[in-house]
Amino acid sequence: MDTFANLLDGFATAITPAHLAFAALGVLLGTAIGVLPGIGPAMAVALLLPVTYSIEPTGAFIMFAGIYYGGMFGGSTTSILLNTPGESASVVTAIEGYPMAKRGRGAQALAAAAIGNFVGAMIGTLLLVLLAPWVADVAVNIGAPDFFAIMLLAFIAVTSVLGKSRVRGYAALGIGLSLGLVGLDPMTGQERLTFGSLHLMDGIDIVVVAVGLFAVGEALWVAAHLRRTSGQVIPVGRAWLTRSDIARSWRPWLRGPLIGFPFGAVPAGGAEIPTFLSYVTEKRLSKRRDEFEHGAIEGVAGPESTASASAAGTLTSMLTLGLPTTATAAVMLAAFQQYGIQPGPLLFSTEPELVWTLIASLFLGTGLLLVLNLPLAPLWAKLLLIPRPYLYAGILFFASVGAYAVSGTVVDLVVLLVIGVIGFLMRRFGLPVLPAVIGVILGPNAELQMRRALQLTDGDLGGLANTPFSITVYAVIAVILLWPLLRRLLPWPRRRPAPVPVETPPPDDDHEQESLREEVYNSRR
Amino acid sequence: MVAFLAALGALVIVDAMSIAEDFTQSSPVGPKTVPLLVGGLLLVIALVLAVDVARGGKGESEQGEDIDLSTPPEWRTVLLLAAVFCANIVLIDRLGFPISGAILFWGAAYALGSRHWVRDPLIAVTLSVLTYLLFVRMLAVPLPAGPLAGVI
Repeated sequence: MDTFANLLDGFATAITPAHLAFAALGVLLGTAIGVLPGIGPAMAVALLLPVTYSIEPTGAFIMFAGIYYGGMFGGSTTSILLNTPGESASVVTAIEGYPMAKRGRGAQALAAAAIGNFVGAMIGTLLLVLLAPWVADVAVNIGAPDFFAIMLLAFIAVTSVLGKSRVRGYAALGIGLSLGLVGLDPMTGQERLTFGSLHLMDGIDIVVVAVGLFAVGEALWVAAHLRRTSGQVIPVGRAWLTRSDIARSWRPWLRGPLIGFPFGAVPAGGAEIPTFLSYVTEKRLSKRRDEFEHGAIEGVAGPESTASASAAGTLTSMLTLGLPTTATAAVMLAAFQQYGIQPGPLLFSTEPELVWTLIASLFLGTGLLLVLNLPLAPLWAKLLLIPRPYLYAGILFFASVGAYAVSGTVVDLVVLLVIGVIGFLMRRFGLPVLPAVIGVILGPNAELQMRRALQLTDGDLGGLANTPFSITVYAVIAVILLWPLLRRLLPWPRRRPAPVPVETPPPDDDHEQESLREEVYNSRR
Repeated sequence: MVAFLAALGALVIVDAMSIAEDFTQSSPVGPKTVPLLVGGLLLVIALVLAVDVARGGKGESEQGEDIDLSTPPEWRTVLLLAAVFCANIVLIDRLGFPISGAILFWGAAYALGSRHWVRDPLIAVTLSVLTYLLFVRMLAVPLPAGPLAGVI
């Protein structure tokens, strides 16, 4: 196995001062934005995309991955102390974490969450190390038709599985694909949707799209509905655990990654569904079921471990297949494109140093996060006191800096505002943002691969599905598309958690989950 | 939203039609195909969405920690923010980044309801100048200095 040797090399590069500094900066920023409301890892990475102009790729990705992991750690703090989750990944944590804090057990909840995240991230990253080279090996011979099939899968899965309304998901995807069309056609050089503008001929820079949809759109949307009264933060001391807390938590910590990692790796909406499943599982397995909903530590430990492991799963798909399953991964993919690097099976052979240094940094960053979060959680909670006008003014400020830095012209700022308004309208009318982002980032590439594949067969559509790999992927796509139908026709076994728990609520067992889910959403208000 | 999608779809298709197909092109799938597909998709979605809305379907507005959906949207705040943003677009090449950036931050904070007459501008100027130095000196990304060129 040269995986191990590669990993050691990665550690050797990762512990150089510059890389360590990037890892530290990443996890610090990540924890901060995890704690802060209104700004998530995807927006943070989008706002930081301009650094790709001057920082070497390895350093930048170490920082971005640190932000992703840090966001998972930081998100729990607000869930527990304020009952408002900082990230979608920690929505579930609020159910048990907040009652714990109210009963004066906030310190234990924070500790259970921090250690849970640590265990989840460690096991998740370990799975990444073991699985990624294998996946890359299997997928190394895939060609244009297979790439196209994977990207189609990303479009369909992200649009169908997420959110409540499929039509709105596809509408978002369509908007994203249209934005991706702007510019010169990559194969023939003809102008598309440029309206004669010289500036648009280069296409809309992905930085402008990502920042516009995530940052400007979000800031405008929050501005329209800014909550004028802020909640009360429960004061809390140093995080620590008693012996009985540990006895109750260690199993949930270890179970979390088993649920989180696979869900993170498939395009099923990141951490939201697996954390929820983890909660339900822990509730069922717990000997102290009566304590649930009044502050049971298992309900914090399990979901938090799950959330971090799902981040590792997401990175696995992104690095080995170039398949982004969450918004943060999508923006990171955009960063790879900025450097002219194409994530996918070849990444492990073309950029081994980058990949293994990144993975080694994930381990280091996770360790650092535990140190940062366990004793310092109360300090992080102070971040919640930041006045909201400053927070959102700052987001707008950095959004415009980033967009201007793309080419040093105001045209990008105008485009940024237009895309920001589109992002605002999407939020207003319930269109999910993720399909749009995936559409912009993968759209042009998908078109290129499709046309390459068709060129080989001289326009015969069979050229898109002439490999076992692509046929398998199309089968999966068909299942996803027909899922609501299948679910109604087949008497599905209830034990297995369905990948689409939102669509049609079946009776009995799942009903409990459904009402819980609503409760979670309501409690966020 | 329906109108927006339909308009976008139509726009994409019309634009695609105007692309001159080269008779000597080597590829069987030209630059027109995908825009036509995307435009068609948008039109179909617009139709389905129209049916959905007519049947009482409603998009669920996005929730968030700082979002209070129980109040009607404050259009004044949004428009003010957009105006401040436009001001930045106009000013950035004239006054340079440090000044226009400070105006952007202060204006945005004002629009969002902050009314500290000393603290707000102070934070705005500090943030703007520090960001300018960070980008220009450390990241080597050029930003316009404006009349302050040479001073910082």
